[in-house]
Formats: sequence, C-alpha cells, structure tokens
Amino acid sequence: MTLGQVPFVVSALLVVIGLYALLFKRNLIKMVIGVSIIETGVNLFLVTVGYRAGGQAPIYTYSDPTTLRVLPTPQALTLTSIVIGLATTALLLSFVVFIHRHYQTLDAEKIKELKG
Amino acid sequence: MNALLHHAPVLLVAVPLLGAFAVPLVGKLGSGLRRFFVGLIALLTTAIAGYLAASFYAAGASPIVYVLGGRLSLPSGMVAPIRIMFELDGLSVFMMLITALAALAAVLYTSSFWKERSGATLKDSLMLLLIVGIFGMEMTGDLFNFFVFLEITSIAACSLVGFRVWNGRSQEAAFKVMTLYTLSGLFVLLAVGLLYGQYGGLNIAYLATMIGSGAALVDKIALGLLLTGLAMKAGAVPMHMWAPDAYGEAPGAASILLVANSQASLYGLFRVLFTLYGSAYSPQSLAWILIGLAVLTIIVGVTMALVQRDLKRLIAFGAVSQIGYMMLAVGVGFAAMTALQPSDFGFVALQGGLFHMINDAACIGLLFLAAGIVIRRAGTRDLQGMGGIAHDLKWTTAFFMLGAFALAGMPPLNGFASKLMIYESTFRLSPVLAIVAILASILLLAVFLRAFQAAFLGPRTEPTDVMRPVPISMLVSMGLLALVVVAFGLFPGFFVDRIVTPAAQALWSGRDAYIQAVMSGMGG
Repeated sequence: MTLGQVPFVVSALLVVIGLYALLFKRNLIKMVIGVSIIETGVNLFLVTVGYRAGGQAPIYTYSDPTTLRVLPTPQALTLTSIVIGLATTALLLSFVVFIHRHYQTLDAEKIKELKG
Repeated sequence: MNALLHHAPVLLVAVPLLGAFAVPLVGKLGSGLRRFFVGLIALLTTAIAGYLAASFYAAGASPIVYVLGGRLSLPSGMVAPIRIMFELDGLSVFMMLITALAALAAVLYTSSFWKERSGATLKDSLMLLLIVGIFGMEMTGDLFNFFVFLEITSIAACSLVGFRVWNGRSQEAAFKVMTLYTLSGLFVLLAVGLLYGQYGGLNIAYLATMIGSGAALVDKIALGLLLTGLAMKAGAVPMHMWAPDAYGEAPGAASILLVANSQASLYGLFRVLFTLYGSAYSPQSLAWILIGLAVLTIIVGVTMALVQRDLKRLIAFGAVSQIGYMMLAVGVGFAAMTALQPSDFGFVALQGGLFHMINDAACIGLLFLAAGIVIRRAGTRDLQGMGGIAHDLKWTTAFFMLGAFALAGMPPLNGFASKLMIYESTFRLSPVLAIVAILASILLLAVFLRAFQAAFLGPRTEPTDVMRPVPISMLVSMGLLALVVVAFGLFPGFFVDRIVTPAAQALWSGRDAYIQAVMSGMGG
C-alpha cells in the first residue's frame, strides 16, 4: 500500500465507523455523530479523488500553459456537501432537542410511540 | 422557439424557489395575502409545467436539453465545456406532470383552514421548497445536482414531518426519516464520487457513454450504492419503516407531496438502471432482485395495513404497498428487456408501472386529503374512536370511497386500468407473482372497507371540532384528484397513448436518444 492510498482507506474506515455508530448505538446524539462521521468519510473521499500531485489551483489567468492544473469540480462538490451536511446535522440535532423535551430521554429504545 | 418555452425548465425550479423564500416576508403582511401568494406560485408553476409538457409532446417527445453555463476558453487555447444541464425526456416530463398535480392539490388543500394554526407560514414555505427539490430531481441531467436536489427534498420533507414541535410523535418520526434520508443521500454521494473518480465527469449522458464500454468493478459498486440509496428513499422493503411514520405524522397536504417525493426517488432508480447503466450493464439477477424486493414490499405493506388502528398509518402502509407494484412492473419490464430475446410484454409492464405512478399519486393523495378532514372532524386518528362521519361530510365520504376503490384496483377507476396492465405482463413472466399481486390487491380492498366502515358508517359521534362545512378549496383540491381518478379510469387508452407511452419508450429504448441529445451538441 502506497502513501497515496492511505486517504482512501481512512475514508472507508470512517464510513464503517459511522455506520457502526448509527446501527448499534442507542443514544440519539451518538447516532447523529455517526451520521456526521459518515459524512466526513465521504467528503474526505471526494477531496482525495480530486487530488493531483504537483497540480496547481486553476485561478491564475496567465499561468504557464504547461503546468498541471487541477479541475476544481471535486472541491466544489465537497464544499456543497459540507454545507448540506451542516444543514442536516443541525436539523437532526434540533429534532433530538425536541425529542428530549417530550420524552426526557435520549435512549432510542425508550422512544417507541411509533411502532408497527 | 419562444423565450418562455426555452427557459421553462429552469423557471420550473426558480419560481417555487423564489416563492418559498418570499413566503415568510409576504406572511408578515397578513395570512390571507400569504395564502393567495402561495396559491399564485403553485398555479404559476403548474401552468409552466403544463405548457412545457404540452409543447414537449407536440414536438414529438424528443429530449429537451437546457444548459446553464457554457464553455471555458483559457488564453492558452484550452476550451472545455463548463456547464450544468437539465435534460427532459419522456420520463422526466411524465414525472413532472405527476409532481405538478400533487403540488397543485397540496397547495389548494392547504390554502384554507378551519382555523389558522401556528407554523402555517413555515409549512407553506417548506412545501414550496419540497416542490422545488422534486422538480429538480426529475429534470436534472447531472448526477451531482441530482444529489443536491435529493438533499433539498430530504431537508424540506423532514422539516414538514417535524415542524409541529409541540407533538412528540412528529419529532420521533422526523428524526427517524431524517437519519434514513441522510444515509441514502450519502450513499448516492459516495457513488457520485466513485463515478467522478473513474470518468472525470458528472453528466448522466456523458457517464452513460463511458460506462457503455463495459462495466468495471467500480461501476458495479457505484450501481449498488445508488440502487440501495434510492430504494431506501423510495420506501422499499427492508428500509420501509420510515415511510408510515413520515406519511402518518405529516399534515394531510404534506403527505401527498411526500408520496410524490418517494416517486421521485423511484424515478432516480429507474434513470440509473435504464439510462445510466442500461444496455451497458443489465444482468438478469438485478431484475430479479428488484422483483423480489417489490413483492416483499407489496406483501409487507398490505399485511401491516391490515393491523393498523391509526387511519393515517393505515393509508401510509397502503402507499408503501403501491411502491411495490411500481417496482414489480418495472422489474418485469427490466427482466424482459434484458432477456436474450426481448419480449414486448416488458413494454406493457413498463407502461403499467409508470401509469400506476400517476394513478397512485391521485388516489393515495385523495385518501390522505380526505383522511386529514376526517381526523380534524373526529378529533382522533384512532379508527375505534371514529364513526358516523358520512352523516355530515358527504363529499369527503364520496372522495374517500373513490380513492379506496381506485387504490384497491376496482373497475372502472384508474387503479384498475394500471394494475390490469401490471397483472397481464407479470403473468407472462411468472404466474405466481401475478397471483400474489392480485391477492394483495384484494386484501387491500378489505383493509380499506374496514377503515371506511369504522370511520364513516355507524351512529354519529360527538364532533370535537366546531360544526362548520369543509372549506371549498379543500373540496376543489380533492375534486381535482377525483377527476383524475375517474378520467384515467374511464379513458385509460387516451392517456396511456399521450403521456405514458413516451415515458415507457424513454426507458425501453430511449437511452441512445438521451445520450445523443447531450453529446451531439458537445463540440469539444
């Protein structure tokens, strides 16, 4: 395994850790953290996909035509996805706050009004 | 081509988007003005959708491409297309019509209240935002934009489920739905990242040409992620648990939009399966996985509906089972298309499945809207606490009955027309599956007859709400859906030929046309 592959492995690990938290944790806050970790893993993957060794940011109009330039699409995607992730996390946490207000607990096993 | 028609695809997203953010401002001026404004935006959006669809069909249903952006030319002489596009083929336009119908019905329904409730401004704003997201998902020709619109629908839909913060159940439902929606969105995003890493593009047509040269392992992983994510968001078994919670806890008018949202995810699934991968990678096993999930969805949906005591959850499980019928039909179509010798019953299956989508939106919508009135009148959602609604609410009773019969596939209503096509074609593939589908349909009729008997018949119970007639706009909204239910049932051939066949054609053989429409105008 070369050094360049490490970020891919890390992002895969993050996704797996997040899925584990989402599936096996009973605390709602920890579930939100799980979702957030998956998000981070996916974002890291997007950034890694867009990385080119020795590449230059495509922001200089009169740069040397022979230099390797990086297509900014993955960065734009990652930014968008981070913003969306912030919105979803905030929304999830606000639901958790209201759930706690109604049920006085964050244990997913104890909040079971909607079953069957 | 005139300017309005040319810009119609982007206006369809822009008008409700601006409307959604203007609603809180207009709401400051008074609730009457706000309702008028929301109604106006909805009418305008529907008019644009109708106009676009009419000219699309008049022009022979060839794909429309709307380009945002253009090309980048650097001083070094490098020229590259930098653009995002909307692409509409028969399937997109068909889905757009369903959404427009649902949007109009939902906004009309919500435009009058027996009494103004808190959070109404928020609800109007979120509903328009959800409409934006659904339209975007159906029209975009770009995989990443698909993800963005998917997340817009997720956030708007979950807020609609949970905006009534004084109710604990709605918070619980909203949390569950949001978690699942976010997870499905991340699956899609991961697949988008994989495809981008592999091919350096995000345009669906471009990716389709690249995958066209044979699917690599990465493509298969991306396909698996996309299908899992989208099936999850469409509410297919085994990830259906969120659907009854969401449909059940959302306000009546929002439930119909949530159904349209699930259908938009299903649209995404079809688009990936038939256009993005299509002839390049379409193993028979995939069709059978789809059919298996579909049958499970039908069975689970109907049996769970059988044991519900809560009226809205009962209808919601009915809605889950209908997603199964659509997936079954399209699975059969896919199996027939990918078989060594494609047989034409597959095309009938696709027609039936797609026709069932618009029928389902109309009759499930009718049921949800009628149930909203019933619940408000009875003051409870428990079927055992209801009774005798039919004495006071004649129109609502009639609409509920119409919706229930149509959903269960009784002739001569629209549900029968599309289910017959599904049964016929499924029978050609496997008689057992067709029998299961028919039996489930009969069981569904029993479920709704029981609900009807419990809620509408019997002696009059003491109404908790003030005895006032149902607002006209609610009746008009239900009347609109009822008109669709009856018209599509009486003249199925007329509508199938005009709107369903181009959509089925887009799946059956439209992949090349979809790709050509983008790639031919590429020019470098």
